[in-house]
Amino acid sequence: MKHAMKPAAFLAALLLAGPALAQTKAAPSWGPGADDAAFTRMLAASFKDKGIARIDRLTQDETQAFCSDPEAAASPNAAETRQRIEAANMATVKWPSDGKWLGDWKEGEKIAQSGRGNTWTDKPGEPNGGNCYNCHQISPAEISYGTIGPSLLQYGALRGGDEETMKAAWAKIYNAKSLNACSNMPRAGHMGILAETQIKHLMALLFDPASPVNVKTGPVK
Amino acid sequence: MVDRVSVGVAAFLAVSAVAATAYAQQKDAAQEGIEAYREALQDGNPAELYEATGEELWKTPAGPKKASLEQCDLGLGPGVVKGAYARLPRHFQDTDRVQDLESRLLTCMEALQGKDPKPYVEAAFTAPPKEEMIALAAYVSGQSKGDPIAVTPKHPKEQAMYDLGKRMFYYQGGPYDFSCATCHGQEGTRIRLQDLPYIPGTKGAAAGWGSWPAYRVSAGQMWSMQWRLNDCFRQQRFPEPVYTSDATIALSMFMAANASGETMKTPGIKR
Ligand code: HEC
Ligand code: HEC
Repeated sequence: MKHAMKPAAFLAALLLAGPALAQTKAAPSWGPGADDAAFTRMLAASFKDKGIARIDRLTQDETQAFCSDPEAAASPNAAETRQRIEAANMATVKWPSDGKWLGDWKEGEKIAQSGRGNTWTDKPGEPNGGNCYNCHQISPAEISYGTIGPSLLQYGALRGGDEETMKAAWAKIYNAKSLNACSNMPRAGHMGILAETQIKHLMALLFDPASPVNVKTGPVK
Repeated sequence: MVDRVSVGVAAFLAVSAVAATAYAQQKDAAQEGIEAYREALQDGNPAELYEATGEELWKTPAGPKKASLEQCDLGLGPGVVKGAYARLPRHFQDTDRVQDLESRLLTCMEALQGKDPKPYVEAAFTAPPKEEMIALAAYVSGQSKGDPIAVTPKHPKEQAMYDLGKRMFYYQGGPYDFSCATCHGQEGTRIRLQDLPYIPGTKGAAAGWGSWPAYRVSAGQMWSMQWRLNDCFRQQRFPEPVYTSDATIALSMFMAANASGETMKTPGIKR
């Protein structure tokens, strides 16, 4: 990581990240006042390093640049680019090193609950949380859940546990953009938010028959 | 009024305590708690205390020039406070910049009072220089309460600021790939139990833009819009926005113009 990037180098990096930006240039969904030059100038003048949150976080990779114009990214003529981006993200997925998919669902519940990590008020070094409950319903007992993502209640019970299903869920958690280029879900493994063992614990939360996620509770409301 | 406030706080805390133990009723109780609290406060929002402090700051001579801010031009001419907040951000001839309330206040403090804006920009939101800014913002915003939001980008720089705000709203970055749109780009979603306004739409934009500055019950603090944006950027895992920087003004322009026609309910009261 280029920590102490000077504004000039930072600007150059942003402009170099340009090929993806250039693709959406045909018809950006914002007006001409926000052309690349003006926008880049604004970014460079508006942010500063704070704690672990450095200005190099504003430098986009291709996925982020593509998804920053949601209208263009969702248009029919961007279908090929979406597929290419999904494939590139799929290629980043590291599968479990010992071939085992599941860890301990109790640990998984803790990781799903925790939203700590990566803000400028967080200290480096401590393990990050998964933020999962911020966006998903997961265990039925936890009623303080967000709705940006779908409910994961009964996840394993509904899907079974064959190799293909496990693979898809692992890929989703490791790199959510591998299955949906502009998913709102973070790329937990790819971005180094969660480690392999943490992902296994989350997999157990979703798939272990003993996990509260899969316990039969009568008709789901 | 003060009595009512403390009664409201007690009621809120009592309901919260119940919520903590009665797991299954947590959501309802928490929401009821907030509603009960809001009702109790209807004619006694603690923000009024900040408005009073702000009015005092506005009218008291200060700074090297020993002048008050009473001749400050917030867009409707020197000294006109009534209705000014509902028409911000806007382009100002003298600075040739599009400014939100807080950046405009800094301009006036420098020009009229001879104060150096730097310590105000750099101070933490909980430090005394920022407390002044927030009190001033509470006062000025209260003078637009009930007014229609009237922000329509006309000047080329206003139009450019709107464009920049729109692009900023969708700009993804950082380790979580978040943009404002991740959390505020769909209708009817929430994070945990907190409802997320859909900011590209008129109603959602008004729910956000039209109610800040606001007194935050959970924090026991008065927050300005600059502070609100700062904390959303923190949750977005972005680096820190500079106080009154163009990115924050651009987003404010995007929200205010989207909310135009709706009613200002400032200063607000929030969770
Ligand atoms: C910022 C919101 C957000 C966060 C945080 C988040 N997700 Fe998601 N998740 C989504 C969205 C949106 C979808 C569905 C759209 C898509 O990605 O295709 C999704 C989809 C999923 C799916 C696939 C669901 C299906 O239909 O098969 C799984 C599994 C999942 N998330 C697990 C997790 C886990 C585990 C975590 C915590 C590490 C997590 N998510 C964190 C937003 C989020
Ligand atoms: C990770 C999710 C997240 C992101 C990203 C985010 N916000 Fe927020 N925002 C929230 C939450 C949660 C609240 C409600 C806070 C509360 O109730 O205490 C909120 C509240 C707000 C409000 C006040 C809404 C109201 O009804 O009072 C505004 C305005 C706002 N955000 C604007 C933005 C802008 C502009 C951005 C981009 C710079 C942004 N947010 C990014 C989560 C987010």
